[in-house]
Amino acid sequence: MTMDSDTAITEPVPASVDHSRPDEHDHTITDKNLIFIALFLAVLTALEVAATEVDFVPDALLIPSLLIMMTVKFFVVVLYFMHLKFDSRLFSLMFYIGLVFAVALYGVMLATFHFFTG
Amino acid sequence: MSDATVNPPATAEPVHDDTIPEGYDDTQDHIGLPHDTSTGLSNTKLAMWMFLGSECLLFGGLISTYMLYRNRQGDAVGPDQLWDIPFTSATSFVLLMSSLTMVLAVTSAQRRDERRARLWLVVTALLGGLFLSGQVYEFTVFYREGLGYTTSLFASSFYTLTGFHGVHVAVGIIMLLSLVAMLAKNRIVGDKAETIEMVGLYWHFVDVVWIVIFTLVYLIPA
Amino acid sequence: MAIIERPSSTPTATTEYVTPSASMGFLRRPVETSGWKSWAFTVDHKKIGIMYGVVAMLFFFVGGLEAVLIRAQLAQADGTILSADKYNQMFTMHATTMIFLFVMPMAAAFANYMIPLQIGARDVAFPRLNALSLWTFVFGGIFLNTSWVLGGAADGGWFMYAPNSSVPFSPTNGVDFWVLGLLITGIASQVGAINLIVTCLNMRAPGMSLMRMPIFTWMAMVVQFLLLFAIPVITVALFLLMFQRNFDATFFSVEEGADPLLWQHLFWIFGHPEVYIIVLPAFGIISEVLPTFARKPLFGYPFVVFSGAAIGFVGFGVWAHHMFAAGLGPISVAVFSVATMAIAVPTGVKIINWTLTLWGGKLWFTTAMLFAIGLIVQFTIGGLSGVTHAVAPSDTQQTDTYYIVAHFHYVIFGGAVLGLFAGIYYWWPKVFGKMLNENWGRANFWFMIIGMNLTFGPMHIIGLQGQPRRMYVWTENRAGEGFFNLGFWNLVSTVGTVILAIGALLFLVNVWVSRKNPPAPEDPWDARSLEWLTTSPPKEHNFDRTPTVHALDEFFHRKYEDVGENGQHDFKKVATAEELLAEEEANADAHIHLPSPSYWPIVLAFSMPVLAYGIIYSTLLIIVGAAIAILALFGWALEPPTAPEDDFDPPSPTDGGEPSKELVTSV
Repeated sequence: MTMDSDTAITEPVPASVDHSRPDEHDHTITDKNLIFIALFLAVLTALEVAATEVDFVPDALLIPSLLIMMTVKFFVVVLYFMHLKFDSRLFSLMFYIGLVFAVALYGVMLATFHFFTG
Repeated sequence: MSDATVNPPATAEPVHDDTIPEGYDDTQDHIGLPHDTSTGLSNTKLAMWMFLGSECLLFGGLISTYMLYRNRQGDAVGPDQLWDIPFTSATSFVLLMSSLTMVLAVTSAQRRDERRARLWLVVTALLGGLFLSGQVYEFTVFYREGLGYTTSLFASSFYTLTGFHGVHVAVGIIMLLSLVAMLAKNRIVGDKAETIEMVGLYWHFVDVVWIVIFTLVYLIPA
Repeated sequence: MAIIERPSSTPTATTEYVTPSASMGFLRRPVETSGWKSWAFTVDHKKIGIMYGVVAMLFFFVGGLEAVLIRAQLAQADGTILSADKYNQMFTMHATTMIFLFVMPMAAAFANYMIPLQIGARDVAFPRLNALSLWTFVFGGIFLNTSWVLGGAADGGWFMYAPNSSVPFSPTNGVDFWVLGLLITGIASQVGAINLIVTCLNMRAPGMSLMRMPIFTWMAMVVQFLLLFAIPVITVALFLLMFQRNFDATFFSVEEGADPLLWQHLFWIFGHPEVYIIVLPAFGIISEVLPTFARKPLFGYPFVVFSGAAIGFVGFGVWAHHMFAAGLGPISVAVFSVATMAIAVPTGVKIINWTLTLWGGKLWFTTAMLFAIGLIVQFTIGGLSGVTHAVAPSDTQQTDTYYIVAHFHYVIFGGAVLGLFAGIYYWWPKVFGKMLNENWGRANFWFMIIGMNLTFGPMHIIGLQGQPRRMYVWTENRAGEGFFNLGFWNLVSTVGTVILAIGALLFLVNVWVSRKNPPAPEDPWDARSLEWLTTSPPKEHNFDRTPTVHALDEFFHRKYEDVGENGQHDFKKVATAEELLAEEEANADAHIHLPSPSYWPIVLAFSMPVLAYGIIYSTLLIIVGAAIAILALFGWALEPPTAPEDDFDPPSPTDGGEPSKELVTSV
């Protein structure tokens, strides 16, 4: 087996993960887009607050809608402001493992305290 | 996991970019280039995302402790008497906007517009400081209304959760201001845009934690 | 213009020291290449690994002494060697020391030393962070143990259940030392986890895909992921307890409406992954040792990799099996019972793969191999008792008895410790350049095996007979009769402890008598992975030329060529390790950059016990500690990872072609 160490690898060799998309500035998000996204987040926050002010909404409807709005805001910031949507999937993996573990583990813990069933 | 070539092409020379402002030192910039690593990704960025993943477990623990104890205030004051939703909405809005100014700082840095980047970083720090002041004000009001740290389980859990968040914000502000100073003195080692991006990731994460706290703690009825 | 001497791989006695440029305007970087300063300020993963190992070994004997005292107390009925209070401190500190200050740092020693070598790198991704992890661990461990002389050590068990751990029931500062000590060492692990994962993912040699990565590195990487996600959970628990004890919070005060199970959940969500953190490095080590001494590749490498990852992942889902008797209710208990049974499967896969690695191999029974085989046997025994705990109804009898103590000592000692010793004997020639004596090694092994089985074997019996854990005495009138007499088996167990202790001491004897051995060859075991393609010990820059990897067990395939026909393997040796190394030296990379030493990691680490003492004793110390930390953080941020190029001496004409050292990684 010959060893060509200084030259580039001549045969395709398997690698670890999807080759990253380098942080190119692919112009899919302009500063204007970002401002619009921020406005969207502000409006959603206002909606959240407004929802709690409305009297005739039962908790069974209010709580899920608040949670949904919260989740949307969360992912909008993560995917767009933190650029996770456009960056390497390895970053997403690292973050989502932590997020999923947190939700699952603490969710199960709270369930054993009958938190969700009162 | 799919297989692809391990190493990005060695020493890709950056094409000279005429849009680089005068006096800007781009010798260590990686903007748009893959890094000299097995995955082509930056070590620091990978580390930061892993750190943020682990922080989910830290804040998750504090949040679930709060959720468990949110109704345990005994005879002492509870959320219904204390929350000033309009005020907290205002401070939440401020923090949200600071995320916008942060990402504008990052995009400016990636365009090598260092002046604008520093400007946005300062604004972000100011907005963060405004948020923190709002928190401090809110806590003093709560304290005066009878919510001490040890008053009840609800109290301890609330202050611990929001306190940890506040400390994270404070650390973020220090990092932002230090970053501005170091940029001004050209003391940043390595890729400047990337360093700003890292601080940005931290800052955004602190913001998303607040997005969760605002809803779960303040908005969802007890 | 200030200059730094280029680090040379063969430091001479006449090395001169010159001043480096200043960092932060006033503090100059350290430059020493020998003496204590070259250890205190090093960022070299090999030196850091050795320091981790030495300090961990020290704590092994501290924890061992604590165990000997426990067993001395229990050797007879109504023992008087330890009071109840001292006994509580002893078993708490024995476990805490062994787990957090011995097993985990010893695994870190191997991970730090071996991962860069196994993946063909020159150091880890963040060398200064690596030094920070080391010193944080060292200072945290020392801090924790000062509790012995500052009012008493922690006494609530290593799991520190609330509300027993709060001030009314644990009034001394012992628990505070425990909480703060573990917060400090937790930082070490967390930071180390991030560092090593990035290293494994980003710094592999060209051609080394993940499925060509050596198996020890794989297992170590899984462990780092476990640490990454588990440490924050115990951090929350520790902060809540700290706030309870030091600021009168009521998180665990039942009379205020708190639920003590909150602590148990938070602790065990960490605590169960923790036991896989403890054992997986040992699994990784023997997955290297067994193939080498069976002269066969690891059987089913992909299965070993994936089962390791599965153990890690599923390990997060079983924590409440430590709480079967806590009153969770039948649904929770059933769910966790089934999940716990599931985790036996990937472990079983590993046992099968190891056994099939041995099967048909040409076995060479070195000491390392003995320890590795010992792990398979002893861990299996521990695993079998573990399976009986998974069955929740039978666990209700077993829990809080010595049967559990038997289980976890078989898996921890029989698993983690035997595996670590296998690694010590296996890699000693590479790390220290000398062979350990095989005869003393055999004695070390057999005393440990006989000792551990005599110590922990009887515990199955006395546990099922009802001897409770954490009780400082047992009495004659409850000791039972005949075969099951507690007295007899407790005595056997203590005798076993003495034999075990002798075994441990024999290791030190071996180290001592081997110190004058002749230099070890580069590849004494005819091994398979890349760390052996280096000198013994490796040069500071590890590899003269970054290797290009074409296969799993790359080093083996460079030495042996497959000349078999018709699908049969027939390996013929085509090169010796020495010849391969000579070829690397002849083709050395022209420019090699190494990261530069730094003061800041050890300074930052030092600030942590100062802060911790401040929380216990004095606000002034908190301020001092915080000031040191802030100073260190800014110093660090302002200091380049490698001193700038023009800080180095220009290469001298008489340099003999020694490569200059340059930047390889970004941070």
